[in-house]
Amino acid sequence: MADTKKFLYVNRKAPYGTIYALESLEVVLIGAAFEQDVSLAFLDDGVFQLTKGQKTDGIGMKNFSATFRALGDYDVNKFYVEKESLEERGLTEADLQEITYEDENDDWAEKPSIRFVTRAEMADIMSEQDVVLSF
Amino acid sequence: MSTLHMVNKSPFETGTLSSCLKHCKAGDAVLLIEDGVYGAIDGSSISDQVKATVGDVALYVLDGDVSARGIDAGKMVSGTKSVGYDGFVDLVAEHDRTMSWL
Amino acid sequence: MKIGVVVNEGPYTHQAADSAYRFVKAALEKGHEVSRVFFYHDGVNVATRLTIPPQDERHIQKNWSALATEHGVDLVVCIAAAQRRGILDANEANRQGKDADNLAEGFRISGLGQLIEMGVQTDRLVVFGD
Repeated sequence: MADTKKFLYVNRKAPYGTIYALESLEVVLIGAAFEQDVSLAFLDDGVFQLTKGQKTDGIGMKNFSATFRALGDYDVNKFYVEKESLEERGLTEADLQEITYEDENDDWAEKPSIRFVTRAEMADIMSEQDVVLSF
Repeated sequence: MSTLHMVNKSPFETGTLSSCLKHCKAGDAVLLIEDGVYGAIDGSSISDQVKATVGDVALYVLDGDVSARGIDAGKMVSGTKSVGYDGFVDLVAEHDRTMSWL
Repeated sequence: MKIGVVVNEGPYTHQAADSAYRFVKAALEKGHEVSRVFFYHDGVNVATRLTIPPQDERHIQKNWSALATEHGVDLVVCIAAAQRRGILDANEANRQGKDADNLAEGFRISGLGQLIEMGVQTDRLVVFGD
């Protein structure tokens, strides 16, 4: 499609303390209908958005962490997570929830959506985009 | 193919400028606006990192934000270029994409 | 060149709406086309016509409204973000059974699709926020 552009959604903020992470996710969900080449970048405090075991009963807010797992159904399956950002925050890959998608080009095999990348690789990914949206 | 990075936070309040500098590639430009302009002050706790990046990466400050905050041009990291809003527009047009480090 | 702009913060507390306004004016003066400005997050608060800043201060909403009437800039307020924060046009107030509306002249309320469409259709996208 001639109008397809590479969109990168940059997530650098933690969830709940501010609304940015939630409203950013709402853009990704709507944007999925536009059939663009979408990637999500999680770096700095943005990596906290993907941790497992979030329970929001005690703060009276909607737990939106499960919504990330639904994005694969909308062909949003490139989640780039920066390794250095995890390490700086005392996290490992095992602290993040598992997010998968079914690869239509590989007999619908279930594959991980999260790809762990170095800071240098993240810089490369940013430099390959047409549109960078940050919130 | 190059990116214009925009930073609007003081580096003494958040790690945004530091993170931005670590993701710049040769040929990119960093434009400091709003409280971000404090990041161009030489002799600060972050100026070594700024100076290590500047050269391969061009550093700009928005002059209205610099003057509003009373920052002396002579106190800024050597090589810092000052632009007005018209220069800001040119930078956006000259680079392939703009990335705001919010 | 076609330029799109996103404003993510409300007036007065953050400088974002001021910076974006000056950027858009400069872009228009240089002959670029600013096809749309999209207001998201607290940025939707720029669009209330009920603000009354002191007389010796800039009127952020009126500045933006003037850009729409004088230069035809399309000022779009995200409906989801606007409803959370109580920004309504007359139609929406009526539909939701509210007794008042507050959307200023020159702004229109629409969906997030307008943001994505702006990204697709413009040559450059510039985001102002906090």
